[in-house]
Amino acid sequence: MDELMLDGNAIAGLLQEVFAVEMTTAVGTCGGCGAPGPVGAVHVYRGAGIVLRCPHCGNVLAKIVKGDSRVWIDSTGIRTLEVTV
Amino acid sequence: MPPRAVKPVVSRGWRGRRAADVDPERLPPGQYVTSDFPVLSAGPTPHTSLELWDFSIVGELDEPRKWTWEEFRALPSEEITRDIHCVNKWSKLDTVWRGVSVDTLLEGIETSGGYVTQFSDGGYTTNLPLEDITAGKAWVVFAYGDEPLEPEHGGPARMLVPRHYFWKSAKWIRGLRLHSTDEPGFWETNGYHNYGDPWQEQRYQGD
Amino acid sequence: MAGTAVPGRLSWQLAELAEVVVETPRVKTIVFDVPGWPSHRAGQHVDIRLTAEDGYQAERSFSIASAADGTRVALTVQKIEDGEVSPYLTEELRPGDKIELRGPIGGYFVWEPSERGPLMLVAGGSGIVPLMAMIRTREAAGDDTETVLLYSSRSRDDVIYRDELERLSGNGLAVVHALTDSQPPGWTGYARRVDAEMLAEVGPRPAERPRVYACGPTPFVEAVAEALVRLGHDPLAIKTERFGPTGR
Repeated sequence: MDELMLDGNAIAGLLQEVFAVEMTTAVGTCGGCGAPGPVGAVHVYRGAGIVLRCPHCGNVLAKIVKGDSRVWIDSTGIRTLEVTV
Repeated sequence: MPPRAVKPVVSRGWRGRRAADVDPERLPPGQYVTSDFPVLSAGPTPHTSLELWDFSIVGELDEPRKWTWEEFRALPSEEITRDIHCVNKWSKLDTVWRGVSVDTLLEGIETSGGYVTQFSDGGYTTNLPLEDITAGKAWVVFAYGDEPLEPEHGGPARMLVPRHYFWKSAKWIRGLRLHSTDEPGFWETNGYHNYGDPWQEQRYQGD
Repeated sequence: MAGTAVPGRLSWQLAELAEVVVETPRVKTIVFDVPGWPSHRAGQHVDIRLTAEDGYQAERSFSIASAADGTRVALTVQKIEDGEVSPYLTEELRPGDKIELRGPIGGYFVWEPSERGPLMLVAGGSGIVPLMAMIRTREAAGDDTETVLLYSSRSRDDVIYRDELERLSGNGLAVVHALTDSQPPGWTGYARRVDAEMLAEVGPRPAERPRVYACGPTPFVEAVAEALVRLGHDPLAIKTERFGPTGR
């Protein structure tokens, strides 16, 4: 396993900055293997940008790039996201 | 209401770990010099054995090419010293590598494609015009300093394309695909600039 | 009482350094006063942002070490040699200095006294910090949930909150130390890295359905989580906070 990998809660601040609600307890379903799980438990990698991967199958769930005042999110790897409001 | 900082507030006496005496001419805008070598990755470190490793050139060309590790290492290689610049604002000056020029790999190839996609173990891709990886602008490197390239830094081999932000130098490179259309890669499809010239500070789409 | 949604976008606030407490040779607790702090839950963290005169910035996350206490927020920081942020926080900051902070952040790696079930806390090095917030919160609430803390450190001198943990032991809290590199004379406790055998000896059995929180460097957390699952613990009941290769 990679030393560099973090959990989803490592980017809780960034996600809350973007979505305006706490996101690590949201439950995402992986578009690759179909496994559900809290965003706080996904595997986070820091490359040029941030990559969220499914802890079960390694599929890329989302990519996040933060510019100065713009944030790009590709979440095509997440089939559904369930958020408590 | 709690006091809110509208602009960043300067932290008294802090300047971070970056190098101090840097010739500003060496640094693209917005960059800082680091002495360590941060390890950045979009995914787990691949560990492809050299027995199974190969490097291919595929796509729109006369005939696909492929080299095993032995064949690749038998190609003429050179020592390359360059500055590298990461989009995350750190730069490393005078990094020394050893590798095979892309010109050597493309020698004799006939292609109608004007664009190249680098593809790697783990699925990472990044794109550039063909003219930006030829004529001495790019290498497939297998050593950093005197040492074989470590897996966490992209070993056994990675791309070195120093004229662009370093996300355009793919780690764990397995080949190049030639196309006649531009195919934005892993980061280019999500916010990072399609061309990524550090001297024009082309970090994000729209820059 | 909390739902998990925290309203509004996070924004940076100015926190004033109130006090510094030396914990071990390399670790200090830095106590901030944050006007308007909305309280926090055990396990949450803050982001700190430093800005140099020329605009250069760095951001780091730090787990909150303290139980909720008005506007006071305590962070326990390990000084990383040649680090970007930690040497500044542990050596330069003086009472009265202000830095930018945002929080509290996180809803996944949190524990509240109302949660049922025995609690198993596994800490590697500075991973003790958010777990200490849980222990302190439990204490402040007069909660007597069966709790086991298995805390791995290099040596006795590296054990953070050593005296306080000893004081808080009892009343349902068991503290077990593993000292991996060197042990004091006469040490009869664990002298090796945390492994499945140790976890089985120390922790609740899977049948007791404990809530597990494991925190520390990534390889430590990986090994602990894997071992617990092999012992039969429910993977969904194990929450992890990985600090990366060297910790925050």
